[in-house]
Amino acid sequence: MTGADPARSIEHLLRDLAPQVLGTLTRRHGDFAAAEDAVQEALIAAATQWPQSGIPVNPRGWLYHVAVRRLTDHLRSEMARRRREEVVATELWAEWAFVPAPEAEIEPVGDDTLTLLFMCCHPSLTPASAIALTLRAVGGLTTAEIARAFFVPEATMAQRISRAKQTIRDSGVPFRLPDELDRAERLRSVLHVLYLIFNEGYTSSAGPQLYRPDLSTEAIRLTRLLHALMPNDGEVVGLLALMLLTDARRAARTGPSDELIPLDEQDRATWNRSMIEEGIALLSAALPGGSVGPYRLQAAIAALHDEAASIEDTDWPQILALYNLLERMNGSPAVLLNRTIALAMVHGPQAGLERLEQLEDAGRLAGHYRVDAVRGHLLERAGEREQAIRHYRAAAERTVNLPERDYLLLRAGRLASQASDIR
Amino acid sequence: MKYLLMMHQPRGTGDYEIFSWSPEDFQAHIDYQNRLNQEIKAAGEWVDVLALTPPREAKQVRAGKNGEPITDGPFPEAKEFLAGFWIVDVDSPERAYELAAKASAAPGPGGAPLNMPIEVRQVMTAAAAAE
Repeated sequence: MTGADPARSIEHLLRDLAPQVLGTLTRRHGDFAAAEDAVQEALIAAATQWPQSGIPVNPRGWLYHVAVRRLTDHLRSEMARRRREEVVATELWAEWAFVPAPEAEIEPVGDDTLTLLFMCCHPSLTPASAIALTLRAVGGLTTAEIARAFFVPEATMAQRISRAKQTIRDSGVPFRLPDELDRAERLRSVLHVLYLIFNEGYTSSAGPQLYRPDLSTEAIRLTRLLHALMPNDGEVVGLLALMLLTDARRAARTGPSDELIPLDEQDRATWNRSMIEEGIALLSAALPGGSVGPYRLQAAIAALHDEAASIEDTDWPQILALYNLLERMNGSPAVLLNRTIALAMVHGPQAGLERLEQLEDAGRLAGHYRVDAVRGHLLERAGEREQAIRHYRAAAERTVNLPERDYLLLRAGRLASQASDIR
Repeated sequence: MKYLLMMHQPRGTGDYEIFSWSPEDFQAHIDYQNRLNQEIKAAGEWVDVLALTPPREAKQVRAGKNGEPITDGPFPEAKEFLAGFWIVDVDSPERAYELAAKASAAPGPGGAPLNMPIEVRQVMTAAAAAE
């Protein structure tokens, strides 16, 4: 250990070890829900004891030992309860009673952590449950920390996690990697959950949220972990690169009062160069082989933004070409709208406005609130001030995002005052 | 996504009508609300619930010339008053409406559902929208 804050380094160590210990315990004993509780208790015990006693020689063995003890205690009381209910289940008991010596080396099996991730992001779970369970079981966060991150009471988060574990138990998923057949589909839900965690945290950071765990950083850490376990999967690489290339702009994305600063007004000198370099290196290493999926395409688009010195210097034709590919894979309103913006940057605002109309006539934007924001932006560029103001205000009325609403209203207000200056 | 479910009740005499119900009806109403709260908690959707004192005590406050509070009220002209609210964290607007409908159907005199109006409002977030 270095001279860094010892409590911090213990915390980091514990969070790295958490999925390894839980993975081994679940593989050996089968009961994921009980094992997860036991590991959480072991982590809490370590967090209180290690700062005084020092980090044990074999921290993973220590955690495993304590977790098995907790699991045994839990099972013992469970057995007693069942005996009272006159249910005989003695064979199980013999298996659980084995407790290894604290020094016993618990072999880490990378696949265990991967299996855990697949389990926590199981498609039978709602996104909110999968996120909570992943952060606790794989991320090693406490229930209280996760609750703070989502601004709900701790009891609510505890209940959400326990229901998620119940759902997994009921669905009878075995603790092993999904079959080859299901692997790609299941990986998609893992990536989606990690992406949602990243987006949840992709907010401004200052002051009042001091005690809120940084979810973007946590999502990057978990995606790194997944990348280490599946180094050859193009979409895993793509998601990790996308997160790094997006998070690199975080400091520039909001002003001193958390106000939103759009891409074209950001101070690019404050973008995080090392994150950008890492993201680009990941992409270039991955580019030659395999099919290109949506995360890799989005990462490539983010890289083009990050490499440009200004909005004008941005390689918009290349971005448009990437959006053309992305649109074929994923025709969601968000992608259609982003492609429309790229189209307007290449061919002018009028082309963008025409495209918007086509999309709306074809019913492909389904009343998405960003339609108004994008139309306002294009109208502003086309010099249609009055109409732009109207659409910015319509967008502001429909967004549920506070900084974005403020941004849209300010933009409309700025245009309105320009209009009155002219008169 | 978080929603605020606001329960409005008729102002009546300045007290909630519930104060004049029979003990049985009152108890049935309270039991129903408690069960609903338990359901929200068990679903992992609970954020908060608050019940407000009757409108008889309500004041409206404005700042005076030097920022001092100037109170006014109560307000006989108001037909309905906010009686209390829930904040829930749910997966979809439909689930928020479902919970609101349950809150609306709380039993009144004789056990018949009150079907009171529940205003449902989404809470704004500071988190960035997924792009």
